[in-house]
Amino acid sequence: MTAFVFYLFAVLSVASGAMVVTARNPVHAVLFLILTFFNVAGLFVLLGAEFVAMIMVIVYVGAVAVLFLFVVMMLDIHAVSAREGFVRMLPAGAVVGLVLFAELALVFSAWTLDPNFATVAAAPVPPPSELTNTEALGMILYTKYIYLFQMAGMVLLVGMIGSIMLTLRKRGGVKRQSPLEQASRPLSECVEVKKVATGKGI
Amino acid sequence: MTIGLTHYLTVAAILFTLGVFGIFLNRKNVIIILMSIELMLLAVNINFVAFSAFLNDLVGQVFVMFVLTVAAAEAAVGLAILVVFFRNRGSIQVEDINAMKG
Repeated sequence: MTAFVFYLFAVLSVASGAMVVTARNPVHAVLFLILTFFNVAGLFVLLGAEFVAMIMVIVYVGAVAVLFLFVVMMLDIHAVSAREGFVRMLPAGAVVGLVLFAELALVFSAWTLDPNFATVAAAPVPPPSELTNTEALGMILYTKYIYLFQMAGMVLLVGMIGSIMLTLRKRGGVKRQSPLEQASRPLSECVEVKKVATGKGI
Repeated sequence: MTIGLTHYLTVAAILFTLGVFGIFLNRKNVIIILMSIELMLLAVNINFVAFSAFLNDLVGQVFVMFVLTVAAAEAAVGLAILVVFFRNRGSIQVEDINAMKG
């Protein structure tokens, strides 16, 4: 049963990953990216890393993929001209991809596990009967790795400020309300008394 | 049939290769290039979680969260640059990005 579920998730994630890079329409590519993320989250659940799987769905599908979708739909991309050179680059890309995959395969086939790997674990996983995956992760994330955790927060802050600063712009020709200016106007500037002659109007 | 570490590593290797392949294939489209980078980071995450599960060490999963953080920040800043570029030039063709003569 586990093997069946693994192959289901693995095949679907690889297939949708292939669709991401070959899809004609960028919107379809984003949707296939979401499918890939979901299937990989399924693989993570299968590995016993539930917390990471859920974070994956929330962060990637809920934030990153939606960001991509927004940008793809906001920008006017000519799908046809964007695909120029697709066929021309196909052989070079295939060669580089195959070489890379062959190298990775060589690494994996030549690699062996240290027989006493259990003794060198920096933070051994407690048995699920004692602590759930989320609790165990929280136990070390907020103690041993608290500085790294804070640094991750700083990275996000810098990313947030950076993207706001990049996209913020002052537009000319737009009427804006300035509450400070309104509230600090002296009475002499606001009210003007006019003598109006009878029957003439202003 | 038991599913071992190698199975997960193979899936990760295929996804990583697809990411590299996608960068070559979509030379004209920056958005798809960014998506390919996300795909590669995803493959790295699979490796981390697989090793974490099979070596019985939780640190791999902690590191995945940092990779996720960096990936999210990278996507946000990258797309912001893209939006600014589109606003200035009206195009996101990779050929048009030559202001720095790179």
